[in-house]
Amino acid sequence: MPPAGPPSDPVAALLGGYAPLPGVADELVDGRGRVRPGWQPLLQTLARPPGEGIAARIARGDQYLRDAGVFYRLYAESGSTERAWPLSHVPVVVHEAEWSQIARGLAQRADLLEQVVADLYGPGRLVAEGHLPPQLVAQNPEWLRAMVGVTPRSGHFLHMIAFEIGRSPDGSWFVLGDRTQAPSGAGFALENRMATSRVFPEAFAATNVPRLAGFFRAFRETLMAMRGAKARIGILTPGPMNDTYYEHTYIARYLGFMLLEGEDLVVQDGSVMVRTVAGPQPVDVLWRRLDARFADPLELDGQSRIGTPGLVSAVRAGRLDLVNALGAGIVETRAFLAFLPRICEVLTGQPLILPNIATWWCGQPAERDFVQEHLERMMIGPAQSYRLPFDAIDGTVAGDAADAGQRRALRARIAAEGPSLVGQEAVTLSTTPALVGGKLAPLPMSLRAFAVRTPEGWQVMPGGYARIGRSRDATAIAMQRGGSVADVWVASDAPVPADTMVPATTMVQRTEVGGLPSRAADNLFWLGRYVERAEDAVRLLRAWHLRLAESGTPDRPLLKALGQFLRLHGFDPQAGFAETLAARIEDARDCAGKVRDRFSTDGWVALSDLAVAARAMCGRDLAGDDAARALGAFLRQVSGFSGLVHDNMYRFAGWRFLTLGRALERANVMSWTLATFADIRAPEGALDLAVELGDSLMTHRRRYTIGTSRETVVDLLALDGGNPRSVFFQISEIRDQVARLPGGDRQPMGRLPRRVLELHTSLAVLSPPEVTTTRLSGLRSATDDLAGLIAETYFG
Amino acid sequence: MIYDISASIDYSYQVPAVLGRTLLRLMPATVPGAQRLVAGALSVTPGPSERIDRADFFGNAVTELAFRTAARSTVFRLQARVERLAQAPSLDLTPPLDRIAEELRAVPSLGPDSPHHFLGASDRVRPRRAITAYARTILPAGATALAAVQAVGRALHADMRFDATATTVETDPLHAFTARHGVCQDFSHVMIAALRGLGIPAGYVSGYLRTLPPAGEERLAGADAMHAWVRAWTGIEGGWVEFDPTNDLMVAADHVLVAVGRDYDDVAPVKGSLRIAGAQESLQRVDVIPLGPRESAQMR
Repeated sequence: MPPAGPPSDPVAALLGGYAPLPGVADELVDGRGRVRPGWQPLLQTLARPPGEGIAARIARGDQYLRDAGVFYRLYAESGSTERAWPLSHVPVVVHEAEWSQIARGLAQRADLLEQVVADLYGPGRLVAEGHLPPQLVAQNPEWLRAMVGVTPRSGHFLHMIAFEIGRSPDGSWFVLGDRTQAPSGAGFALENRMATSRVFPEAFAATNVPRLAGFFRAFRETLMAMRGAKARIGILTPGPMNDTYYEHTYIARYLGFMLLEGEDLVVQDGSVMVRTVAGPQPVDVLWRRLDARFADPLELDGQSRIGTPGLVSAVRAGRLDLVNALGAGIVETRAFLAFLPRICEVLTGQPLILPNIATWWCGQPAERDFVQEHLERMMIGPAQSYRLPFDAIDGTVAGDAADAGQRRALRARIAAEGPSLVGQEAVTLSTTPALVGGKLAPLPMSLRAFAVRTPEGWQVMPGGYARIGRSRDATAIAMQRGGSVADVWVASDAPVPADTMVPATTMVQRTEVGGLPSRAADNLFWLGRYVERAEDAVRLLRAWHLRLAESGTPDRPLLKALGQFLRLHGFDPQAGFAETLAARIEDARDCAGKVRDRFSTDGWVALSDLAVAARAMCGRDLAGDDAARALGAFLRQVSGFSGLVHDNMYRFAGWRFLTLGRALERANVMSWTLATFADIRAPEGALDLAVELGDSLMTHRRRYTIGTSRETVVDLLALDGGNPRSVFFQISEIRDQVARLPGGDRQPMGRLPRRVLELHTSLAVLSPPEVTTTRLSGLRSATDDLAGLIAETYFG
Repeated sequence: MIYDISASIDYSYQVPAVLGRTLLRLMPATVPGAQRLVAGALSVTPGPSERIDRADFFGNAVTELAFRTAARSTVFRLQARVERLAQAPSLDLTPPLDRIAEELRAVPSLGPDSPHHFLGASDRVRPRRAITAYARTILPAGATALAAVQAVGRALHADMRFDATATTVETDPLHAFTARHGVCQDFSHVMIAALRGLGIPAGYVSGYLRTLPPAGEERLAGADAMHAWVRAWTGIEGGWVEFDPTNDLMVAADHVLVAVGRDYDDVAPVKGSLRIAGAQESLQRVDVIPLGPRESAQMR
């Protein structure tokens, strides 16, 4: 049978099912229902029949994000959890003709904000001349008195800022808010791009989307230019509990800068120094991802536990560049939006190219009356909020959502507390297509754009990221409440040049690797110890369950001794071990989480998998052979992680601390194991058990044709330099690593290398009969002493 | 009146401690027309690794110190001679309370003396409904700004009990108010909250107070104290006035001003980043000694 009629156009069919809301602008189709320029290649892909793999491509994009370990932190009353990155796979496409207008408007606004900040920390003309009410500054917690009169060393307050923008029903763009404090999202924009270009590779190529790398290169050059080629640059993060910590680690790796926390820094004679394992090292430029108030407990918020005492003093001394300057967050104040259009005209003689959301400060009688009269078209919120209008968690309420009683109360509040409130026009955001149940559906969106200061003026990132609401309600956009994010493609008519972060010179440059911060070293050392400790526990547990399966009762002397030993390790084999084990692995993962910028993605994923595997054993009530089998599988997974670390991790100082932690733990536990199970009073079968715990059954069989004796076991597990499980092997490893640490080869010898060498020598000259239980116990406490010396030398 | 002031703060630690970075605000100020610092020296033992002497936003003298070595004790010692000019009692030219807001609008300034810094919430003091309601009940009808300041100060003096042990340096003003007790810091914080609640800009003053021994007794050495009181803005004409709610009086020649700020956090005499393992003890001694006419004459 011939096909009935002409073949239907799949793109038309796709669009036929897409129905934007009346009175709302849409990113895909304009007011007259025409597809906006730049969307065609994407539509071609989206219109393919379901069999042609859209689902598989989406899975590929999600897999990318999972492998990269992208997450954000979600806060709830019960605590916070890490959540997978909620990518909406269909990007928002904006044509370059439109984008260049947006970029022009944002560059103008960036210059304006710089002038406003400079005035508020300098001459104060805007207030003196009546363009800004004094109380909006003087009672603003982000106006930092300690910074008044301090001009930044670079001459500028703002270097890297962001804007939240949206499209009105008439199709024009406007600014919803300014982000000058510590804008987040540039790194997430990169990750969105990586994932989305994997989902739509052909469309991405055909749309001629300019790369993001140029923006980051410009930013990097801006930071370097502050101090020349030898600039020592760090990123200052509030730490792992921050909701965008992942981005801090990601961008630190991407840009090749040190990731630092307040406690990594110390101020000496006006200079900021990083506490590293090689002593204090100066840092010149900090990209601040920490809110200014928390940066210095001495001169800013005294309650801060994440700041650096004296940081303000270093800025005052002109030794430190902060991006952005401390106090720059003041221009995020919501009420300022009511005054910026006028200030722009006063300061530049020009109107704003991009308007901002219409805002009225209720501290002025005429404005307050206007807000009262038009309450149903207003959002009423705190004048000094720094949040975006649709982030309702700051108590912002919509005038039209209130019932008559609530509206009366709202009016009374505006009348009584006017100066603390603003009214903002209840804007309608545009919608953009998202895949909902396999079909395109219009959902509200706002767009975050980024700008960086360069010697040639502000450079706006070609793209950014879009926040997409879960429902048609614009207030559902915030990610904290289930919204999603999407990449933003700027569509060009002509092909764009390929671009990467690699400088355009032919010379290969090795970036200078900064010193290892003591805090990072400390965490890596403990990561090594925790993983080893968990592995040892698993071996012990497996041995116990194997013997339980053989004998059927836990009352045999050897099982009793082993159970006792396990209890000393914090495990009660009869009460179930999985919970404790999972907690141990999670301790290790927490350590790794604090140094994610120094840790490979594969290593992190392997460790996360381990944590999942450990949790999966919980509640299964395993015993005997079943337990032994599960523990054996788990042991192989741990070995997989260790292999990954030791085969793939570059031999920076960080790796040495990880290795030291592992070697120290092994030496410690093996001495303890031998002191317990190679003791002459140990029950029958203890020697074989020790060999099994030392993973050396095969070796023992091959080396000694006889069965186990105290001498053979001690020889193999304490003294044999060729056995990677022996105490002597670990002490040799410690000696080698310590010699390569900063100061490790100094003459005369420091306390740590000397103590290590003494221990190594004392062990090297022993013969098996001399390795008594007393000596083994002494060996164990000697390794504890070494751990103390390492901490004292490098982590203090 | 001329005073010789000596103050010392001694810290001793059970385990040697590194004091870290510390800010001191102990040096009496010069206030044109009211107070003149004739001479002053602030010594620190053991000597710090860094020392910067400067002024903060409000114009207070700050000494910034950094210590890098451990010590068993730290001693800050101030010696100062201050001339305090007796202030003539002034007529009440201040506007009725309800006109303060209007006068505020006529002060478009962010300068250190601008009243705008002293309304609303600061880190340690924010207007509280209970305290504002209390202030309204004791307010005379149609009171001027100055009368309001005096009425609030007097009422708090009457209703709050001085208790040197009931509160700490961290006590929330609302708690001190609810229990109606505390020391000069609490009296001042509560009064500031009350005045701000009424729309009167109010700030915190730290300083030294000359105390008189009970009749017929010798003055005890070291018995004077660091003190705190309140300053309030009473309009363009009236400007700033100072009231001591702990002693129920307008501040005059017995008070020597050190620092002004929005609340205690802005003026804390010693503010530091010490992290310490063992116990520590601190001891304060203050002497405010008026110079007799003979010494005063010699000074000229």
